[in-house]
Amino acid sequence: MIAALVQLAYVVGTVLFVLSLAWMNDPKTARKGVAAGVAGMVLAILATWVQPSVVHHLWIIIPIALGVAVGVPLSRVPITAVPQRTALSHAFGGLAAGLVGTAKYYLWVSEGPENLTKFRVGAIVLEVILGFLTFTGSLMAAGKLQGLRWIPQRPVTYPLQNATNLLLLTTAAVLGVALVLHPTAPWAAYAFPAILALALSFGVLLIIPIGGADMPTVISILNSYAGLSAVAMGFVLDNKLLITAGALDGASGLILSIIMCRAMNRSFTNVLFGAFGQVQAAAAAGEQKAYKEETIEGAAQALEQASLVVIVPGYGMAVAQAQHKIRELADQLKKRGVVVKYAIHPVAGRMPGHMNVLLAEADVPYTDLVEMDDINSDMPQCDVCLVVGANDVVNPAARHDKSTPIYGMPIIDADKARMVFAIKRGKAPGFAGIDNELYFQDKTFMLFGDAKSVIGEVVKQFSGGGMH
Amino acid sequence: MSRALEGMDPAAVLQEAAHAATGAATHGAPALDYWSMLFVFVLSTFIGIGVIRRVSRLLHTPLMSLTNAISAIAVVGAILVAGGEFPLAIRVLGAIALFASVTNIVSGFLITDRMLKMFKDPNAAKGAAKK
Repeated sequence: MIAALVQLAYVVGTVLFVLSLAWMNDPKTARKGVAAGVAGMVLAILATWVQPSVVHHLWIIIPIALGVAVGVPLSRVPITAVPQRTALSHAFGGLAAGLVGTAKYYLWVSEGPENLTKFRVGAIVLEVILGFLTFTGSLMAAGKLQGLRWIPQRPVTYPLQNATNLLLLTTAAVLGVALVLHPTAPWAAYAFPAILALALSFGVLLIIPIGGADMPTVISILNSYAGLSAVAMGFVLDNKLLITAGALDGASGLILSIIMCRAMNRSFTNVLFGAFGQVQAAAAAGEQKAYKEETIEGAAQALEQASLVVIVPGYGMAVAQAQHKIRELADQLKKRGVVVKYAIHPVAGRMPGHMNVLLAEADVPYTDLVEMDDINSDMPQCDVCLVVGANDVVNPAARHDKSTPIYGMPIIDADKARMVFAIKRGKAPGFAGIDNELYFQDKTFMLFGDAKSVIGEVVKQFSGGGMH
Repeated sequence: MSRALEGMDPAAVLQEAAHAATGAATHGAPALDYWSMLFVFVLSTFIGIGVIRRVSRLLHTPLMSLTNAISAIAVVGAILVAGGEFPLAIRVLGAIALFASVTNIVSGFLITDRMLKMFKDPNAAKGAAKK
C-alpha cells in the first residue's frame, strides 16, 4: 500500500517538475513554476521519508536543518554573485550524487557480492565519475568566478595538458569497465577508490585551463553533468523520479550549452580543451592604435539628441555594478523622448542570462531587453550605441578576421550604429586578449573610467542642471 | 559471461543464470527493469528538451537555479541512505549528501523566486513610471 502511494507521489512529482519548467517560458507565469517545483520536491521528500526502510529520523532531520541553515543565506547573495552561487550548487549536486553512489557501493559490497550486478556497478561507476568530477570542477569554477586569490583567473596551461586530462578520464573509464566485468575481483577494493580519486582530479584539471569568457558554457555543461549524475543515481536506486528530474536538468544544461556554444561559434571540445585567450594575448600586444576620447558633456549631448539609443552591457557592467546608474540614465533619456533598448548577447557576462537578471534587478522593464538576433536589424537606425563593459561581443573582427580567436562568433552590430560610445576601465584588451576594431572606428569615442562613475557623471549632466 | 563469473561459487553462477533467463527476482539483487528505466530516461530527456527550448531567454539564469533545485531530487537517494538501517559510515555519507541536496533545494528555489520577482511586468512598470 505504502509502496503504491510512494510511486503515485513520484508520478505527481514528475508532473509538477515538468510543469515547473514549462511555466518558465514566460516571465508572467514563471513564479508559478517555482511553486510547482517546490510542491513536487516536498511531495518527493515526504513520500521517501515515510517508507518503512527509513528508520533513523534524527539522521534526516539534522542534515535538513543544517541544509536550510546554509541554503537560506546562500539564496540572499547579491545578484552579481549569482554565477558563483550557481556553480557552487552544481558542486553540491555532484557531491550528493557521488556520496550516495559511494555509500551504495560499499553497502552492497558489505552485504555480499551477489548484490554487485553488472548493471548496478556500471550505474554506480557512472554516478561517481559524473558526480565527483562535477563536484571539483564546479568548485573550481565557483572559485574562479568569486575571484579567490589562490585560484588562477586566467587560463592555466601546461604542456601535454589535454593528453593528461584524456589519460585521467580514460584510466577512470577503463577501471570502471574492469570493475563492471569483475566486481568481486581482489583488486576491486583498490579500483573503486582509484576511480573516485581520478574523477576528483579530472574535475580540477578540466576547469583550470578555462577562462572567464567561457564560464557561461562551462557552467551550462556542469549543470548538465549534475543532472546526469542524478539520472545515474536513479538507475542505481531503481527510482524513476530521480531519472526524470535528473533528465530534465541534464536536458536544460545541454540546451544552454548548445546556445552558448553557438553564440561563440565554438564546439564543446573547443571550449573544454581550447584554453581560450591564452595563445592570442601575446600576438596582439604588438601594435598600438590611438583611441579617440570624448568628454562627459559631449556624450550627454549626443545621447540627448538621439532618437534611438542602444545600450550593450557586458561583464564590465557587472563588475562595476553600473546597472542602476544605467537605468537612471535610461530614465532621463526616456523622459526626453529618446527610445532606449538594451542589446543582450547570449554570452555576455559569466552565465546564461546574466545581463537580464542584473538589469531586471535595476528595475529595467524586461520588454526593453532585446536579444542579439532581434536588435541587429535595428542597429543601422541606432543613433547612439553605448557599450558598457562589453568587448568581444561587439568586435567586428569576428565577421572578417580569420586570425582572431573570435572569428565567426555572432556579434551585436554596434559598428553599424551612427555613433558609438564605449565605456572601458582601461586600455587593456578584452578576455579574448585581442584589440577591438570597434574602438578605432571614426565614429567611436571612448569614455575611460569605471562604468558606474562614468555613467553617474553623464546622469548628473541631465539631472544636476549642468545641461542646458 | 563465463569469464566474468570465473571464481564465483557454482550456486551463485546458477542463480545468475536463472536470473538472466527468467528475469525473476532473486534474493539480494532484485531484477531491475533496466529497459523501462532507459525508456523513462530517454523520454524525459526529450520532454526536457521540448520544454526547455521554449523557456524565455530572459530567464536563463533563473532557469538554471530552478533546474538546480529540481536536480537536488538526489535528496530522495540521500534520505534512503541516511535514514536506513545501515552501518554508521554509510549513513554519514548519506547525511552529508542529504545536507548538500537540501542546501540546493532551499537556496535554489528561494533565489529563483527572488530573481523572478525582479522581472517586472512591462505594463505594471509603465504604470509605476507614470508615463
